[in-house]
Amino acid sequence: MQVDEPVLLPRLSRVAVCGGTHGNELSGVYLVREMLKTQKGKVDREPASVLMVLSNPRAMQQCRRYSDTDLNRCFTHATLKCLCPSGPISEGAPYEIFRSRELNAMLGPKGSRAAVDLICDLHNTTANMGLCFIAYSDCDWICLHIFKYLQKQMSDTPMRFIHFDVSNKESYSLDSIGKHGFAMEIGPQPHGCVKSNIYTAMKEGVEHMLNWVGCFNSGCVFEGGLVEVFTMVKNIDYPRDGETRNITATIHPHLQDRDFCLLQPGDPLFQTFSGETLTYKGNEPLYPFFINECAYYEKGIALSLARKKCVTVPSIWVQAEEEERTSERSFASEEEE
Amino acid sequence: MEHASVPPLFNVAICGGTHGNELTGVYVVRELQKQKMEKVGSVSITTVETNPRAVAAGRRYTEMDLNRCFTDVLLSSPITESTPYELRRAQELNAQLGPKGSAEAVDLLIDLHNTTSNMGLCFIFYSLDWITLHIYKYIQNKMSSMPVRAIQLDIPISNAYSLESVGKHGFEVGPQPNGVVRADVFNMVKEAVDLTLAWLQEFSSGHTFEGGTVEAYTLVKSVDYPRDSAGKITAAIHQDLQDNDFKLLRSGDPIFLTFSGETLKYEGEDLYPFFVNECAYYEKKIAFHLAQKKTYSFPSICVKKD
Repeated sequence: MQVDEPVLLPRLSRVAVCGGTHGNELSGVYLVREMLKTQKGKVDREPASVLMVLSNPRAMQQCRRYSDTDLNRCFTHATLKCLCPSGPISEGAPYEIFRSRELNAMLGPKGSRAAVDLICDLHNTTANMGLCFIAYSDCDWICLHIFKYLQKQMSDTPMRFIHFDVSNKESYSLDSIGKHGFAMEIGPQPHGCVKSNIYTAMKEGVEHMLNWVGCFNSGCVFEGGLVEVFTMVKNIDYPRDGETRNITATIHPHLQDRDFCLLQPGDPLFQTFSGETLTYKGNEPLYPFFINECAYYEKGIALSLARKKCVTVPSIWVQAEEEERTSERSFASEEEE
Repeated sequence: MEHASVPPLFNVAICGGTHGNELTGVYVVRELQKQKMEKVGSVSITTVETNPRAVAAGRRYTEMDLNRCFTDVLLSSPITESTPYELRRAQELNAQLGPKGSAEAVDLLIDLHNTTSNMGLCFIFYSLDWITLHIYKYIQNKMSSMPVRAIQLDIPISNAYSLESVGKHGFEVGPQPNGVVRADVFNMVKEAVDLTLAWLQEFSSGHTFEGGTVEAYTLVKSVDYPRDSAGKITAAIHQDLQDNDFKLLRSGDPIFLTFSGETLKYEGEDLYPFFVNECAYYEKKIAFHLAQKKTYSFPSICVKKD
């Protein structure tokens, strides 16, 4: 492949924007509601149709992250097929399991040709992360190009691309249903609150994304370039009491709010409630993020750590329809096998 | 200069977890219990995790807001099978730390809270009496590098609904997002608690504290979010008001930004906003409170000797 020849990719005919996957992450809730309001009577946004989805209405109504179980961990292939591949879910099943199946039917099925082309799932965090894309791949050119475009359009907003190196088989979040997908995570915002600067950033991010999709589908060539990607390496839990499992320390003041500032071995990490400093004991400097995310206390995560690298993103161009039909035929014959 | 001799203070209660997701108080109380903090000088200390069920659930409350259960009427209402957990708990706490309004009630009750608003360290009182004003002044002087303010709720004590009204004197402190423990906030609140105990020790040993003046904010009214016909909010606090608690709000200043991008402005007398964008107040229909600022004078005090 020549360096300057664009990679041809199928058009993105169906795009889904999802909010309220966690019911207390309010920017996405209010943004999707607002978009549903202004979109009334206008189903298609040429040249792509855009679906607005409020993913977890029950959790939203309770203003809680989830009702029974975290919806955004329910989208593995195994959970979607569950214990009864084709039958109904038992009455006692968690609400979110039931809802994940509905969403999979609406936006998927995951892994099939019928799945929507792109999912953007809107989230907030209490961590000081600015605007982040979170994706399972570091070579999905669609997602990387959208990110690159947003970086240029919203140059005052701190923006990072986070890569979770999880196989398609193990991918668990809502955005994994689409052929392409990412979470748009913006913080800091307390859960249950909406802050206007965070809401506005999310609104602009989504608008730019949809503009990009429109341009891409209309035949714009998007030039390649370098994108910095943070690949998740590991999580660190809080120190905990052996018996009660209660946390015995919190994020050190020198680390609090310093997401994406390089953490060196020996740097302060935690401060115990009796005032002692605990330091980072890893042997390589890494980039912390999700520092002091409220919802992660129960998941045993005080912070996540990543390595940074540069990814070369090629130019891309929408595939002409004839070529798309050819590739669809080969997709179909692969499925038959 | 005026001088007052006041009765001795024998006991203090330090309470945390009244709202189960306001975590600083939970961890300060646990730390004091770990250190077996039971006495300072001649003052005995009781530490209480007031709403353990809500703490375990990581929620503000399980059935009703515990910190609205301490009016005289609710404290004397009969307990039945359908009585909410928090109302039962309020009556238990009233028996343990009160009874409210009686001679047996604890002399000082400190209830530790957090808010998502940018309020710094705030003391919330019902009554600005000499003890509370002196403690506030003492802490303000010692913690001079941070904003320390006092808010007075002008409500008669029988209608006073929150836990600290059970004690003969009481206050709330703190700022932080729900469900999160921040070290800087923990350190600030712990320092304020330690200073309060230090003040109590000095007072009990006969020290005279000089009088003076102090500014406090008195609640005037509350402003709700604009809402649609279904009761859902249609705007967020405007970025010019967000995090600007206690900065004077004037007619014409932006207060809300609607989700469609329109700015809504304040109309009314110049007042000081606080509890701006407190997460727990969305359901109480409060976007922010507004207060007047007043100056209070107080005499020097020392403990009355028999």
